[in-house]
Formats: sequence, C-alpha cells, structure tokens
Amino acid sequence: MSTTQDRAAAAKRYTVEKKALDTVDERFGSSKFLTSVLDKIFPDHWSFMVGEIAMDSLIILIVTGIYLALFYIPSSKDVIYAPTSGHVYAPLVGQHMSEAYQSVINLSFNVRAGLVIRQAHHWAALIFLAAVLFHMCRIFFTGAFRKPREVNWIIGLTLWMVVMLEGFTGYSLPDDLLSGTGIRVIYSIVEGIPLVGTWLAYALWGGTYPGPTIIPRLFVIHEFLFPLLIIGLLTAHLMILWRQKHTDFPGPGKTEHNIRGSRIWPQYALKAGGLFMIVSGITFGLAGLIQINPVWLYGAYNPFTVSAGSQSDWYLAWVDGALRLWPHWEFRSFGHEIANPVFPGLLIPGLVVTIMYVWPWIDKRVYSDYGVHNLLDRPRDKPFRTGVGVAAIVFFTDLTFATATDLLANNTHIGFERLIEILQVGALVGPIIGFLIAYKACQALQRTGSHPIQRPVGGIIIRTAEGAYHTLAEHHGAGHHGNGHGEGNGHRPDARGNGRADTAGETPATVGTTDEPGTAGD
Amino acid sequence: MTTTDRPHDDGPAPATGPDDDVPFGRVAPSVNPRHFGIDPGEPWPEDVPRDQDDSHWRYENDPRGARRAELRVAFCWTLTVLASIGLAWVYVAGGQTQVEGTLWAVAFLGLGVGFILWARDLLPGTEVTASRGHHDVSPEQDRQAVAESLARGVEPMARRPFLAKMLGAVGGVFGLAAIFPLASLGPRPHGGLYHTKWGKGTRAVTEDGTPVRPTDIPVNGILTVFPEGNLDDALSPTVLINVGNEPFKVPPNRNGWNIGGLVAFSKICTHAGCPASLYNVQTHQLICPCHQSTFDVLSDCNPVFGPASRSLPQLPLTTDSSGYVVSQSDYTQPVGPGFWNRR
Repeated sequence: MSTTQDRAAAAKRYTVEKKALDTVDERFGSSKFLTSVLDKIFPDHWSFMVGEIAMDSLIILIVTGIYLALFYIPSSKDVIYAPTSGHVYAPLVGQHMSEAYQSVINLSFNVRAGLVIRQAHHWAALIFLAAVLFHMCRIFFTGAFRKPREVNWIIGLTLWMVVMLEGFTGYSLPDDLLSGTGIRVIYSIVEGIPLVGTWLAYALWGGTYPGPTIIPRLFVIHEFLFPLLIIGLLTAHLMILWRQKHTDFPGPGKTEHNIRGSRIWPQYALKAGGLFMIVSGITFGLAGLIQINPVWLYGAYNPFTVSAGSQSDWYLAWVDGALRLWPHWEFRSFGHEIANPVFPGLLIPGLVVTIMYVWPWIDKRVYSDYGVHNLLDRPRDKPFRTGVGVAAIVFFTDLTFATATDLLANNTHIGFERLIEILQVGALVGPIIGFLIAYKACQALQRTGSHPIQRPVGGIIIRTAEGAYHTLAEHHGAGHHGNGHGEGNGHRPDARGNGRADTAGETPATVGTTDEPGTAGD
Repeated sequence: MTTTDRPHDDGPAPATGPDDDVPFGRVAPSVNPRHFGIDPGEPWPEDVPRDQDDSHWRYENDPRGARRAELRVAFCWTLTVLASIGLAWVYVAGGQTQVEGTLWAVAFLGLGVGFILWARDLLPGTEVTASRGHHDVSPEQDRQAVAESLARGVEPMARRPFLAKMLGAVGGVFGLAAIFPLASLGPRPHGGLYHTKWGKGTRAVTEDGTPVRPTDIPVNGILTVFPEGNLDDALSPTVLINVGNEPFKVPPNRNGWNIGGLVAFSKICTHAGCPASLYNVQTHQLICPCHQSTFDVLSDCNPVFGPASRSLPQLPLTTDSSGYVVSQSDYTQPVGPGFWNRR
C-alpha cells in the first residue's frame, strides 16, 4: 500500500531524523547509547506497572507542590483571621491562628484553582504511598530482592521511609488542629530519646513545645531536604534497575539469561506516557470530587484542644497504633528515664525496618541460595517467605486498626479497653496465625495448580540421534520451586520451608532425565 | 547488530545459584528445546532480526480497522481539547473546584487513553527476546584490572601508616568541630521542661481570660484553665474538676491542695503530651483521645489504662483574697511526657 510518494516522504523524514541525531552525536558521541535506550526491553506484567504509578504520582506531587509552595507562608506568627476581600470562610473570622494556617485557608478559598491543586497534592501523596507499598509487597513476595538486586531493595526501603516522613511533614504544614496533634506526639517521642532527646527536640522546635521554629523548619524539610533525598534515591533506584534489567516471571522461552518484553520505543514509551496521564486524570478527578483534609473544619491548632478520633494518615497509622498498644512501661533508674513513647515510636519501627533491610540475607540463609536470580518466584513456591510476608502484613494491619480503636469502639459497641487488649494479643498472635495459614495455603496451592510453564512438560519425550530418551524438563519449575515437579528437590538442603519432601513423593516422575537415575521424584 | 543486548562474546554463564540450570546441563546437546517453547537456559543467541520483530501491529493488515483505531484516538484527544477549553472558561468565570477537577480529569484521561490506544492499535510492539548480557559479572581479567588500579594507590598509601592513622584522627576532630553550628538550631535545654507558668498566687483563667471562682464549676463539672497572662504556654493547661463529695485519695503531703471537691491536674498527658481532655463523669476518669491513656481522678489521677505510666501532676490550689482560684505554686514535678533527665 505504500506508494512512491509515501516512500519518498519516509525517506525525507529519515534524512531529517538522521541529521538531527548526527548533530547530537558530533557533540556527545551518543549514538550507541541512544540506540540502547530506544531498544531497551521491558518485560510486561500488570504488577510491574505499580512502581511506575508511584513514579507518576511523584511527578504530580512535585508539580503541584511547587505551585502550593508559591502560596504557603511557613510562619507560626499568631494572626487573627479577618480577610477583607475575596472569599471569606465565615466560621473562622476573628479567630486566632498561625499565619501558616491562614495561608492554607486563603489558598483553599481565595486562590482560584488553589483548592483543587491542594487536594490533588494530597491525593497524589496517598496514591504514591499506596503504590509504594504495593510495589514493596510485589518485590518481596516474588523474591525480586535476591542477588543481584539487594542494593535496590535497600534503596527502595529507604525511599519508603523518607516518603512516609515526607507525607507526615506535608500533612503537618497546614498547622491545623489535627496536624498539630501529630507534631505534639512526635515531639514527645523525640524528647524521650535517651541522652540526646531534649537536645534534639530543642534543636528542631527551638524550645519547649510548640516552639517558634517548627513550622518554618518543617517547610524546609518537606520542600527541600526530603524531596532532594527522594529524587536522589529514586534516580539511583532507576539507574540500577536500568543496569540490571527488570526481573520477569518464568514463562515459556524465558530464562535467567534472557529478557522478553517490548522495546521502549515506540509502544512502551507511549503506553508509559499514557499511564502517567491516566494517573494524573484519576488524581485530579479525586481532587475535584472527593474532599480531602478539609483543614478549615478542624480549626487552627492550639495545644490544649484535641478532637476525639484524632489519628494520623493511614500510611503512618501503624506507628501511632504501636503507641496505643505498647504497655505502660517506662524505665526509671539512676536518676534517668526512658520514656514510654520511645519504645513503640522508635524501637518497634526500628526493629521492623532492620529486619526488612537485612531480609535479602536472611532469605539467602533460609534457602541456602546465594545465586543470581532474574526470574521471579511465584509466592506459593516459597511458603516460608510468603508466610513471613503475610505475617508482616497482619502485624501492620493490626497496628493500623489500633490507631482507630476509639472509632471502632463507637461503631462496634465494644469498649475501647477491650479492643486494645484484643489488638495487643492480635499483634503478637496474629502474625503467627497469618504465617501458618499462608504457609499451608502455599503448600496446598503447589499441589493443585500446575506451573504455567509446565504445560508442555511431561508430554514431550525426546529421542536423540544416539537413541537415548530424554524428558524435557522446563527450567524453572524444577529446582528452586519445590513444587514436586523437579528432580527430587525434596532432597535439597534448601528445601527448608519450601514444600519439603512431602510434595516430592506425591507427584509422578513426569520430569527427569534418564541419566539421573534414582533422583526423579522418589 | 541485531539485538540491543548483545551477549558477551566470551559468554561464560554468570555465576548462578546452586539451583540454576541443573536439569539442563544434562540434556543431550542434539536437542533444540527451543522448538518446544522451552529454553535450556543457555545465553540467548542473536536470532531475533530487528526488522522482523518491529513489523507487527494490531491493524497491520486491516486498513479499515486502522482507520477506526485512528478515529478512536482522535475522539479521546478531542475530549481533551474540549475539557481544556472548559478549564480555561471555568477559571476565567471564577473557578469551581468540582468542575475544575472533573475537567482536569477528562483532559488527562482523554490524552492518556488516546496514547494507550495509539500504542496498542497502531504501533509495532511485538515481544522481543534478547540476552540479558552478563552485566552481573565482569570477566576475571576486568576484575583483576580494577583491583590492580585500586592497589596502585592503596599500596603506597599503606606504606605511611602514621599518616593514615592521623587522617582518621583529623577527620574526627574536624568533624566534631563541624557539627558545632548545629547547636545554633535551638537553645540549650535547661529549665524549660521542668517549669510551667504557674506560680505562687497565679490566677486560673479560662480560654478568654476570665478568672474562675470555685463555685463556677458545678459538681462533676470540668474546666480547662490557664495561668493568667500565659494562655498560649503549651505546658501549662490545667483541668479543674469538681468531684463533689466523692472521696478522693491524694498522698498525705498534698492535703490542702484542693478547694473542697475542686482539684486541678495537668492537662498534658504524661504519655505523649496530648491534652487529656475527655472526662467520664460516671467513672471519674480523664481519657486522652490520642492513645486512650486513662487516669483515675479520684485516685491522684493515676493511670489505670493505656500506655501512660505516670499520674497527671496535681496543681496545688487555693483562693486569693478576691475569692478567685489561684495556684499555691508551680507544679512540683515536670508535666507531660518523660525524658532522660526528668527528675
């Protein structure tokens, strides 16, 4: 169907493109690099999109955040709300508030398009954190953190923590009643740190709570320090991803040494751009239609008022939940004291995060597997790891519920004391139960479902030219998946938590090679 | 060049885990398992010609379908154009959050869905397979080369152990000096956490500055008060509670700190510093809404539930010559959450 004209036009376009690229190449010698960029292959799986969603939300956050920063005034100076022009929020007229809070009220009511952009910023932050958490779970449950990707796991975890704190500082900036309560709790945690706590608190807040400096400092932290960290860490995260190439699920034709997927240019690039637009569209749709953080309803912060039902944003709720569940222990001796909030506010999160940081190395020990992996595990094939992941999710969920004990008590008509006791037990016992259920479920799933790439396996027996027979084993179901189809993986030392030998005996020896007598499925 | 990710020419398999490739090392070499869609785990040869894998798209052989796909994209982008015009109009007309949000959403979604339809229907996107290359592991001679380059500097440096040690000490001293400016961030913590603005004869006033008489608080009533002139001091808020004729326990050294049934306790929770502002009249308990620490007012505000481990400090009360409630002194212990040097 291509006519001479079409071909001529194509040739002309090519000449123009080539000339432009030549211009660049003469300066940067970039042709080889640009080819590798355009030809880069990314595997396709819907779950790989979630990390992209996180990145898209970050872009929305940066753009909307810069806009908001142009209107926000980081000052705790006491002012009386008395706007003389524009839209006035009547219930607050005449009230004392900080200049910061007033600037947020003005931004919401008096700046055209201000409210929709402020709400887009908040929604984007929530989508960001949700995407980050999902992405973390995907990486964990599929074993994508294994060698050679341990460093990226660590960078990712650090990103998660910085992003949580970034969310908290952002939510504190409006200086409304709810956010002020959060800052008060943080002051108490910092103040309680042994030896340096009071110094730290005085340095950050400029004195006893609430202090004159915390709002301007939060502004610098939220708009400069943490964004710098996030952008730096994310750049490293993506460069490492680029260098190591994306992991992929096992499938026909996929090995540890090849990569299947579509090239960045053109289809993948347009799809990724489209995804960014769609994430933006959903964010702005939410921002326009679903109100979020209506700070004018909470009122200005003052240190002697708090609303019942105060709780932090959901992504930090687990820390607040830990504060509620931790028993009333404090340590006092030799004239010194370790205050209660330090344990649930720093020690518990610190322990949990440390375990997460070192998990790649724990995982290596558990499975005696120190090798390089580019192909992902199915969660069911690693019951121990999956069990630990589920236990962690149960633990975090329990703490998150704990942050809402007062609201739950109202809704369920159970006393909040009883609810807290239930959740205290739940935080200890729940993860164990979650682990056991997940472990057993994985084993059951291993027995029922065949691996997607095992379909051809078992039916194909090859006779070689020499007359020997071979059953073609697929590559990945065998060995480290422990689903009984491999050549007797029940014998492996790494089978701990891995289906153990109980599956090996149940499956007929469909796979195995003739020159491996006595190991196949016995 | 046929694929981007050319396998290394020297192509040794990278160091892999003990699980990798075990079954396949034993497959007879004459078999080409790839014909069955199964890969033996060898480095992937460069057998994916570029022209071929770049040549397929959904409506490649269906001009009418392609035309329809083009129209679908055009329709999506038309929505974006309309929404953009709407956005400009709404802005000029004065702005309206819901309409703005909806139009932003339509504009973005139209653009994004259009992109995705274009990519899906009209652009080539066949699955490509290529070698990962062996980025994980460099050939041994490269590793040796870098180790030798490093040693080129390390060896002569190691010949001066004194300088190396001194450098460590210098770094420590200089580093210590360099963190001094951080001390400018805030004042030295002394005193502030131990004292509030209450003192001898300080009047208790309400939020609007009105002094309080003991009779202003009915039995089972509760009132938040502040030291006169210091309404915004965050450590000073105090609750006055009239427990009426209920028997209440206080340590013997605090006899006379109450005015009849009227007692005063710090409002700042000893757990995390939130105001303990819910009063349960039936049980005479103060509850902190932040983390549900519960204090028994009749028993010296001892914590009876929740994470708080210390009772709320009591403020000694009396009345002045005009009959207003005043404090006899400051709190006798630091109020609020614990800290390392709390006495």
